[in-house]
Amino acid sequence: MFKSLAPPEYLATIDREKCIRCKRCIQNCGWGVYSWGGDKIVINTSKCVKCLRCYHYCPEEAIEIVDNPTKFKNNAYWGFHNIRNIKRQAETGGIPLTGMGSDLPYTILFDNLLIDACQVTNPSIDPLREPMELRTYLGKKPSSVELEKGKDGKPRLKDRMPPQIKIEVPIIFSPMSFGSISLNAQKVLAHAARECGILMNTGEGGLHEDLLPYKDNIIVQVASGRFGVNPEYLNAGVAVEIKIGQGAKPGIGGHLPGEKIPLEVARTRMIPVGTDALSPAPQHDIYSIEDLRQLIYAIKEATNYKPVSVKIAAVHNVAAIASGIVRAGADIVYLDGFRGGTGAAPSIIRDHLGIPIEYAIAAVDDRLRQEGIRNEASIIAAGGIRSSADAAKALALGADSVAIATAALITMGCTTCGKCYTGNCSWGITTQRPELTARLDPEIYADRLVNLIHAWTHELKEILGALGINAVESLRGNRERLRGVGLDTQTLDILGVKPAGR
Amino acid sequence: MDHNYQKDISGCGLTGLISTKKRMIGGADIVKSLCLMNDRGNGLGAGYAAYGIYPKFKDFYAFHIMFDEPSVRRTVEEYLKNNYKVEKVEEIPTFPVKAISISPLLVRYFVQPLKERLVGEIAEDDFVVNSVMKINSEVEGAYIFSSGKNMGAFKGVGNPSDIAEFFRIEDYSGYIWTAHTRFPTNTPGWWGGAHPFTLLDWSIVHNGEISSYGINKRYLEMYGYKLTLLTDTEVVTYLLDLLIRKHGLSIPAAAMALASPFWKKIDEMEKDDREVLTALRQTYGSALLNGPFSILFGHGKGLVGINDRIKLRPLVAAVKDDITYMASEESAIRAICPAPEKVWAPRAGQPVIVELED
Repeated sequence: MFKSLAPPEYLATIDREKCIRCKRCIQNCGWGVYSWGGDKIVINTSKCVKCLRCYHYCPEEAIEIVDNPTKFKNNAYWGFHNIRNIKRQAETGGIPLTGMGSDLPYTILFDNLLIDACQVTNPSIDPLREPMELRTYLGKKPSSVELEKGKDGKPRLKDRMPPQIKIEVPIIFSPMSFGSISLNAQKVLAHAARECGILMNTGEGGLHEDLLPYKDNIIVQVASGRFGVNPEYLNAGVAVEIKIGQGAKPGIGGHLPGEKIPLEVARTRMIPVGTDALSPAPQHDIYSIEDLRQLIYAIKEATNYKPVSVKIAAVHNVAAIASGIVRAGADIVYLDGFRGGTGAAPSIIRDHLGIPIEYAIAAVDDRLRQEGIRNEASIIAAGGIRSSADAAKALALGADSVAIATAALITMGCTTCGKCYTGNCSWGITTQRPELTARLDPEIYADRLVNLIHAWTHELKEILGALGINAVESLRGNRERLRGVGLDTQTLDILGVKPAGR
Repeated sequence: MDHNYQKDISGCGLTGLISTKKRMIGGADIVKSLCLMNDRGNGLGAGYAAYGIYPKFKDFYAFHIMFDEPSVRRTVEEYLKNNYKVEKVEEIPTFPVKAISISPLLVRYFVQPLKERLVGEIAEDDFVVNSVMKINSEVEGAYIFSSGKNMGAFKGVGNPSDIAEFFRIEDYSGYIWTAHTRFPTNTPGWWGGAHPFTLLDWSIVHNGEISSYGINKRYLEMYGYKLTLLTDTEVVTYLLDLLIRKHGLSIPAAAMALASPFWKKIDEMEKDDREVLTALRQTYGSALLNGPFSILFGHGKGLVGINDRIKLRPLVAAVKDDITYMASEESAIRAICPAPEKVWAPRAGQPVIVELED
């Protein structure tokens, strides 16, 4: 066979002195890098993705995975990935796929925004001694509250509030379907969501019966493939999300290959075993904003008016689109930014379409305020939230909550190797191979994910305390407490943020 | 929505009193009370507001306007003439004070909106608010610093005693008084920046820094308010106007929205109260005033004191006969009421609401 001219990205090496030939690396690697040569481990390094599963499970610390020092000649214009992709395309004629969010060095606005703190004129608040509130309600809010006097003379609500979803921390889990990730990975999310009083999202893969006990912490998704959708499914969770687009692949559909559709996935998606699950690029009953309105209300009718979220990729005209979505009746607008993750996307799409979430939050929040409809819907921001600081900045720009996926997967062992689309994830996350998914113990990993949410919760409280506020409502949209560092005037203008020093 | 504003920050002392029987109280008391707290200000702003001072013109909006120069006055008067019936115009009486060398031109107008200008469904109040917003944001060098009926604000750059002398506060009598001395920590020097801050018959004196200012401002802008002063006090005033006058909330409900109880407490309430408080917080989250503050706000029917949710700024209240006093310090009350029947420190977030008897 013709040897690929795309050089391996990583070199898997074994210190032969240390190796005790226990073969755990063979057993652990989902990629087939290691095999038994009769008297020693044989390495096929071209298959290595640097997921580090073997490294962690080698009892002798004999394994080292290094970036291949043999690179193409340095060229400031023709990057390694450009040349490598061309070589791969020359060999296959196909579209190189990728997983996770874009890793290209575009400017990261989060890293150019800094948060304020109190000194003297307003006191900071110590979260260890004073209450600090992060509770958030997602859903449509009236613009005012009308009260009337009850029989006892005390005020009562005149009208019922529209349905609200309570989350204890403004951090929820982004949609990831059963199929793109394993059922065990979904169980980790569901378990942690319940434990932390937040939400997970089925993604477009239906709802496996094992997740039913967690239904009070689940948003069910309806996307263009309509996999697993029936009235029972729509009513199973606390809200329904219509997925229009995804930050990592705006404007294109999804493709879960038949190899990743064993019986359980097929049953949950309500499709035959082994058939490709194709999600068309558009929803075939939504070709306009008025079509979206009809679907929103069809779902509301079917669910006795549960909140409906509409998820879109952040694209150039996101503000006008979001305004249309709110006017179409959505209770939540879910914005997924350029850096958002994916189980599988063409890298050309992932790396070149859409806009970063920071711009999208600012533009949408501004537009909804200008139109006087910001109260009509909550904004969830996703697409590259790496830390509680990113979350705080997203909230300050105007989001009601952030959603995280990659960060949640990292607690399960993910190293962002970006090979989710292969179905070989050695950590048992983005795979359906039973020998691999079995490694992801939902209970053990749920604890780790709960730890992460708790840690970020503590950090958010410290940030609020430093800001001298004790409720997250006072951070949300409070751009006065952000400053830009090294950003040009126009960017600052779009973000509605002053430069540091002003 | 310009974000490149410079926010005004200041610390302060405040005091206020109300006679529920509407007894007229001379200005000397409030001046004495405020001057006791001289060290809470730094001489860069003080002011007074009084209710019941214009009984002869009680059906007219009393516009107190400061002009940087006479030419601006002509622009504003042209606007007033086109939109209002102007019953009376006079310069606000002032008296020379050694410490105050420069002052703007200060004029008051007793006006009523022309009926033919109230087109559509616009309420008279809203028309007046729009006029105030328009002049304050669009006419450079003119500033309407008081616009209520039968009430007025008097304020400027100076010590409490100098400002009192300048305006001859002792010559006014009213049944509600509020007063304020300022400790601005950035560029001072503008008369309009002093408290009380007023809109219609709302008058606000405020001590503290609203750390939630950024979102409060953006929230108000969604409802058409133009924030020209960039002070926390302006935000408080407009929020009260929005919640009480426009949304029809009662004063206790508005106070609960602006300094909401903690969720833990709301969750423990019985059902009706819990639903009301939950709805208020869900709906008015962006109006929540967060950060240290004590506020007195006077209005046509009473006086209210509010503290922030964890009481990071002082507020003391006292009662003697028909008069309720509220101030930053107890000493400021005892200076004019040595033996009150009751003195207390209102709890965090719990408003003190005093209403005039009918």
